[in-house]
Amino acid sequence: MQEYEPIIGMEVHAELLTESKMFCGCTAEFGGEPNTRCCPVCLGLPGSLPVINVKAVQYVVKAALALNCSITPNSIFHRKNYFYPDLPKGYQISQYGDTPIGQHGWVQITVNGATKKIAIRRVHLEEDTGKLLHVEGDRSHIDYNRGGVPLMEIVTQNPPPPGLDQIQSAEEAKEYLVRLRAILTYIGVNDGKLEEGSLRCEPNISLRPVGQIEFGVKTELKNLNSFRAVLRGIEYELERQEKVLLKGGKIVHETRRWDDVRGATASMRSKEFEQEYRYFPEPDLTPLRFDAQWVEEQRKALPELPDQRKRRFIEELGIPEYDAEILTDSRPMAEFFEEAVKLSADAKSVSNWMMGDLLRLLNATGTEMEQSKLTPSHLTEMLNLIGKGTISGKIAKTVFEEMFGTGRRASEIVEKLGLTQITDESELIPIINQVLDENPRIVQDVLGGKDKSLAFLVGQTMRYTKGRANPPLVNRLLRERLESRR
Amino acid sequence: MDLAGLTVKAAHELLKSRQVTSRELTEAVLRRIESVDDKTKAYVTVTSDIALRQADAADKRIASGDAAPLTGIPIAIKDNMCTRGVLTTCSSRILYNYKPVYDATVVERLAAVNAVMVGKTNLDEFAMGSSTENSGFFASRNPWDTEKAPGGSSGGSASAVAADECLAALGSDTGGSIRQPASFCGVTGMKPTYGRVSRYGLVAFASSLDQIGPITKDVTDTALLLNVISGKDPRDSTSLDVPVPDYTKSLAPDVKGIKIGVPKELFGMGTAPEVASAVWDAVKLLAGLGAEWKETSTPSVEYGLPVYYIIAPSEASSNLARYDGVRYGLRSKDSPDPITMLMKTREEGFGAEVKQRIMIGTYALSAGYYDAYYLKAQKVRTLLRRDIERAFEEFDVLVTPTSPTVAFGLGERVDDPLAMKLSDVCTIPANLAGIPAISVPCGFHNGLPIGLQIMAPGLGEEIALRVAYAFEQNTDYHKQKPNL
Ligand SMILES: [Zn+2]
Repeated sequence: MQEYEPIIGMEVHAELLTESKMFCGCTAEFGGEPNTRCCPVCLGLPGSLPVINVKAVQYVVKAALALNCSITPNSIFHRKNYFYPDLPKGYQISQYGDTPIGQHGWVQITVNGATKKIAIRRVHLEEDTGKLLHVEGDRSHIDYNRGGVPLMEIVTQNPPPPGLDQIQSAEEAKEYLVRLRAILTYIGVNDGKLEEGSLRCEPNISLRPVGQIEFGVKTELKNLNSFRAVLRGIEYELERQEKVLLKGGKIVHETRRWDDVRGATASMRSKEFEQEYRYFPEPDLTPLRFDAQWVEEQRKALPELPDQRKRRFIEELGIPEYDAEILTDSRPMAEFFEEAVKLSADAKSVSNWMMGDLLRLLNATGTEMEQSKLTPSHLTEMLNLIGKGTISGKIAKTVFEEMFGTGRRASEIVEKLGLTQITDESELIPIINQVLDENPRIVQDVLGGKDKSLAFLVGQTMRYTKGRANPPLVNRLLRERLESRR
Repeated sequence: MDLAGLTVKAAHELLKSRQVTSRELTEAVLRRIESVDDKTKAYVTVTSDIALRQADAADKRIASGDAAPLTGIPIAIKDNMCTRGVLTTCSSRILYNYKPVYDATVVERLAAVNAVMVGKTNLDEFAMGSSTENSGFFASRNPWDTEKAPGGSSGGSASAVAADECLAALGSDTGGSIRQPASFCGVTGMKPTYGRVSRYGLVAFASSLDQIGPITKDVTDTALLLNVISGKDPRDSTSLDVPVPDYTKSLAPDVKGIKIGVPKELFGMGTAPEVASAVWDAVKLLAGLGAEWKETSTPSVEYGLPVYYIIAPSEASSNLARYDGVRYGLRSKDSPDPITMLMKTREEGFGAEVKQRIMIGTYALSAGYYDAYYLKAQKVRTLLRRDIERAFEEFDVLVTPTSPTVAFGLGERVDDPLAMKLSDVCTIPANLAGIPAISVPCGFHNGLPIGLQIMAPGLGEEIALRVAYAFEQNTDYHKQKPNL
């Protein structure tokens, strides 16, 4: 049977966190009553002219540098011409051809222990469009608040140049997006919110027979609003294409929409006929000229990037690579970790709690790290209580959950719920005596040499104390009491 | 006294010395419009109420002892410059009801010195044409002979100045649209250096070529208007951040030692003998005043016309894409969906010339043709610019006819688009090269004015004004008035 291999290209749009829009002074903030955040420029009124938002350009330069791109010394804007009611000028100011702000970069990913450098072809700057709101009946409404918001586009390169790689699985595509998002949020140019659409990803997917050099016909996926959707959407599409090909069918060049509820993709529109955008250099703007020294300053001013941080976590704090990767996937996560380590110095247990209970609770409640009520000092205080023997590791799980849910301090929770560990022998001995009285057969078994049965007695003791008993103490006292019954 | 017939300078003297008020001046101009605009059809909108209100404000300012050279002066604005709350139609049906929410920078600058806006003048639809016959509303007429075209596209502005329906006007020039009508109507018109005057609020035709400039009764008035409208505008990225000199300081009738180049190529291509001889007479007159002249060759200017007719429509096809009936202007009725509405609106709203240029531009920018047309045209444009720059290494100014002929008859060239377009052959190179050029009257043929074009290097407005002024001060063509 013919075998196929996937080739995946990623086109990512990131809204920049600038205060104002790309070519005017209107606020770029999300939301607002429809059409209240516009002016003659972003509405494309006759006679209005664009003026470049220098901050947006600086953000893209920073992003391009963080993505290992070279900066094009003479970068120009183009007009992308097409008609649509949400596009007030009848063209979008974008960057086309070989003069985007950044070119020839890469992002490093690790999937199942294998590391790849994914090639990036271009990083460019453009303006967002308005939003067409379809209303019932024969009317449509348009909100231009979003029109003109600065948008950065990052496109991978397939096939990659020598020394770099291309994305060949859904898992790699997801990981690419995770690392890209980490980089963009680290340098503070994008908020990384896939669900709100401020970071949007449109993969194009094709299969080719193994051994063939030419790419197969590709489809483009839209509406992938979470990492899970990216993973599932691409996996679905790869399977769908393979089925079509194995049956001798042909892939249609089209855009397909991922339906998260149905777990399937459906055709949106054909791309059989190339749209004619009639790109040409934007005559209302002058070229961006980047001074090499200024670019160097931008490079030097970059904060520590996820990969550098990851290496530092591994080398200086002894964190396993996998954990370090997860901890550096988002800036808030990494910062939480560093803050907690600073307070407690025990990096390994901080990492364990974050990788285990914290991630689980974040996922289960759909909470972003930065929205979480838990603070690093909450976690280290709890670790101290464990260290001092005030609470057991098992009780700590309850305390952690309570801290996560309420934002209260560990000591407060322990006190309020009476979770303090019982370390007083005189308090435990009557309970242990009761356990031994209630289980004469087990007692005989243990005394007869079946040491394993001791665990049952420990368990019973813990049950009666609601888990608060200090386990080593329970062990010791049980053995002593048993001896006295021999 | 014939107040409407005054120059800006003369009117300013009277206002300043309190011999007349701006209200009297403005009322005289409005009366003049009332009596002759039926014949010239220069205005799309006359803004009498605004004008009188502005005149009163100007009078107050003058009374306070602060009379700037344009304070209280009635000025007409070409109807492709945005005026807040006042119809700005571009003489197109697609903008028949359009009232901008903001003022163009030039309009703001005029308002800041309390100039008076008397109205908005007619043009070829979206400034596309050379006769003002392409107006979506009506054709304007030449005051010297109302059966003749006033030229275009700023035909309304030139006609209004020549007919004393304003003291001065603003026009816009993409391929000769200020200079050619100024020439046809026997007035002075200047296209400044690209970037000298802000384009913010000028409804775009071809962004890399468009430039606003004055149309006036003499060279002095051109300098006075230029002083006010020039200068860097942070809202126009292509406007130049270069200090603005006082252009009236260039007005010395002295051309001794000035080197004049006469590009022979621009005397070919259909230049009428009477036009050629008037221009040669002008060159000789300047030589008599001490200028040196020499024939020169800038071969690439011959490609100006074809290059222009690729670049201008290409940019226009994109600039005019925003007229879709969605947000303002004409909207076609009863469309089942937004895309149909957009197509029907454009079909109903644009005139034939505009549609033709949009189609040519769309074609030239299309993927398979971009390299052969748009890109090639840009390369030739660069060569042409270099050719002209090289000429300016040798000469201070280049002198040519403004138009190869005097005004042609209304309707005469409507069915001969090539002949129509050839009337811009001498003016287009200045737009492609981005240099300043001025047209001044230099003779008459059969009672119709002939124009002399003086081109200067980039930001060389002062030398162009000086040569024009010297010529004007030694002739009286600019003092002639049409009989209306
Ligand atoms: Zn805006």
